[in-house]
Amino acid sequence: MSPHRQWALSAVLVLYLSLWAERVFAHVGTGTAVGFWTGFLHPVSGFDHVLAMVAVGLWGAQLGSPAIWVLPIAFPLVMVVGALLGFLGVPLPGIEIGIATSAILLGAAVMAAWRPPLVVAGLLVGMFAVFHGHVHGAELPAGQSAMLYSMGFVIATGLLHALGIGIGTVQRWSWGAAVLRATGAMIALAGVYFMSRVLL
Amino acid sequence: MKQPRRARLKSSIGAALAASLYSAMAHAHLEATGLGPVYDGVLHFLGSPEDLLPVIALSLLAGQAGVAAGRRTLLFLPMAWLLGSLAGLANPVIIEISPLWSAASLLVLGGLVLADVRLWPRLLTLIAVVLGAAHGLVNGSGLGWSVMAVIALAGVASAVFCTIALLTALVTQLRAHWTRIAVRVAGSWIAAIGILMAGWSLAI
Repeated sequence: MSPHRQWALSAVLVLYLSLWAERVFAHVGTGTAVGFWTGFLHPVSGFDHVLAMVAVGLWGAQLGSPAIWVLPIAFPLVMVVGALLGFLGVPLPGIEIGIATSAILLGAAVMAAWRPPLVVAGLLVGMFAVFHGHVHGAELPAGQSAMLYSMGFVIATGLLHALGIGIGTVQRWSWGAAVLRATGAMIALAGVYFMSRVLL
Repeated sequence: MKQPRRARLKSSIGAALAASLYSAMAHAHLEATGLGPVYDGVLHFLGSPEDLLPVIALSLLAGQAGVAAGRRTLLFLPMAWLLGSLAGLANPVIIEISPLWSAASLLVLGGLVLADVRLWPRLLTLIAVVLGAAHGLVNGSGLGWSVMAVIALAGVASAVFCTIALLTALVTQLRAHWTRIAVRVAGSWIAAIGILMAGWSLAI
């Protein structure tokens, strides 16, 4: 075999082996950041979570003060109870149905510009928060800090609410209110799709 | 003196090789060298949520309580932290901050921020002293006595000071209604983490 062919063969072999490279983890102490980021990315990585969280913010913005801040405060406080149940392995039946229902009902509430008493809105949002929290808690990866993971998903959830509130500010214009209601309809439709995937 | 180009290249390579014989170890990886004791202390604080979160909560609470309360907290929290850590360094006590204590402090402080309670400055000072002394004692007890440890603890206290100074100053000057609400929402997040930790520590 000519030297040129030997060199070419070696290069191909090295490239092929590089495809199987494992991560190095050269620096110790990376678990901390991973725990936070895993928790932070968990609500963001599921479209059903994202839509429901944004819908809470949209609905809060639509309802105005004090719901605009009561709902995003109530949600994480109740969500962590669900997360604790998930951490402890306490089963909660119908979680996926609950999450899909949250998208349907919260989207429908925005679409209809429904204005229930604050207590009713808070109870509705709190009930759905248990389902979302349970999924976050149950999917804590082994070996990661529960505290940092919790910090991550609580902050991410809060930021999604803030995003919803930010989008919801368009309702001050007449066209914005219509856009908001259309957005609620789309979230409800997405919820129907999530439900169909669960049931069918 | 004008040398031919090749000769200049040779002499440059020779000089570079000679210089490389005297090179010291690079210590390119901070894992081996650390950042120095001050920054090790700063990063220890910033990387320890069980220390950082209560300080953030107390900073928000002090900011909500007004400028006078904020100034007292700014003075007493880092001082208590430093004195507590030096006491722990001199007389190490085998204690760890119980997860339940951490959870309770987050729950109470976060809840007070959420409720937007204007605490009396004296009560706030007492909370700052207890919190700082307890966390400092644990920090100090975890280190063996050395000059480096003292410097590292000074780094921790500096980080505590900077955190509380920046956050308290930020909150005291907030006037818009929505910004005050944003602070309360942050308090609810801290309280939520406290609820989770409390349940977790009771369950295990």
